[in-house]
Amino acid sequence: MDLIQLQRQLVDYRTSLYHEGFLDEQFTQLQSLQDENNPDFVVEVVSLFFEDSERLLNELSKALEQQIIDFKRMDAQVHQLKGSSSSIGAHRVQKLCIVFRNYCEVHNVEGCLKCLQQVKHEYGIIKTKLESMFQLEQQILNAGGSIPV
Amino acid sequence: MEVAGEVLASEFQLHVLAVDDSHVDRKVIEKLLKISSCKVTTVESGARALQFLGLDEEKGSLGFNGLKVNLIMTDYSMPGMTGYELLKKIKRSSAFREIPVVIMSSENILTRIDSCLEEGAEEFLVKPVKLSDVKRVMNDCIMRGETEGNNRRRVDKRKFEDDNHASSSSSSSSSIPSSPSSPLPSSPSTAATSSPLHSLKRAKLRDHN
Repeated sequence: MDLIQLQRQLVDYRTSLYHEGFLDEQFTQLQSLQDENNPDFVVEVVSLFFEDSERLLNELSKALEQQIIDFKRMDAQVHQLKGSSSSIGAHRVQKLCIVFRNYCEVHNVEGCLKCLQQVKHEYGIIKTKLESMFQLEQQILNAGGSIPV
Repeated sequence: MEVAGEVLASEFQLHVLAVDDSHVDRKVIEKLLKISSCKVTTVESGARALQFLGLDEEKGSLGFNGLKVNLIMTDYSMPGMTGYELLKKIKRSSAFREIPVVIMSSENILTRIDSCLEEGAEEFLVKPVKLSDVKRVMNDCIMRGETEGNNRRRVDKRKFEDDNHASSSSSSSSSIPSSPSSPLPSSPSTAATSSPLHSLKRAKLRDHN
């Protein structure tokens, strides 16, 4: 695939992520902060998001396996996940966290379990999509091109 | 206003202490501040912030307190010490009460905003924080530094805000709802949506005088 095609593919891919509600304008904000001085800024921030999310999802899974469920602690953890997903524009994950918190508030175990599954699922999707997008960007750079804005 | 901000920034670099328990948010706020020509120190908790400032008597100053801090930006919801508690500690310390404190929160709760402003917070930013929010805070700080005395500072700050409001073309999307008790018209689509909040704070102060 030649450079122009790669660039077009990236633009189309990115556009679809916004249209399908995977990403929101906060992601655009992050991209606008990236420059020659810090060309890996977005990748770095997203990597931190992946680390944080995986840790939190593990902790939430464990919390829901306990005999006595600590809803308050879980709520704090979902709040953290909501915050970081909001900060990178991971729109669907953020929205699910809001629902998850509501279930925590009313101590609804079934609701929490369901939400956790959904959040894990959505997180998996956005992770794959962002990684694909970064790979595409890298291919463009390797081919000597620049990332279209 | 933008030009004035740039000129002043080149003569005087603000040192901002950013406090947030989230890795992601620390990285983002650091970038926003660096792009706005600030020196930045990020810490992960209120306790660390106090240590950095030299306010933590137990741990001592740890040799960090060489650089003067011009502005503190702190997340509200943090484990241990909340941003609100940090704000109170700072405003109740004779050494640091003059440092402007900005609160950042993902939750747009009016009572929370009110309590923070009441305790002396300069601004309350709704997350995710944008570059336009940071630039506005910077402008306010720089203007603030130019005036003398607390009372005059507040009056001048309001004047600058009014000028800013009139000439500002960038709209801040920090969505802060208008208070039902606000004397101002509530229009969510006004540019610089934090202006009604400032005016509300100033209106409250004026009513007391």
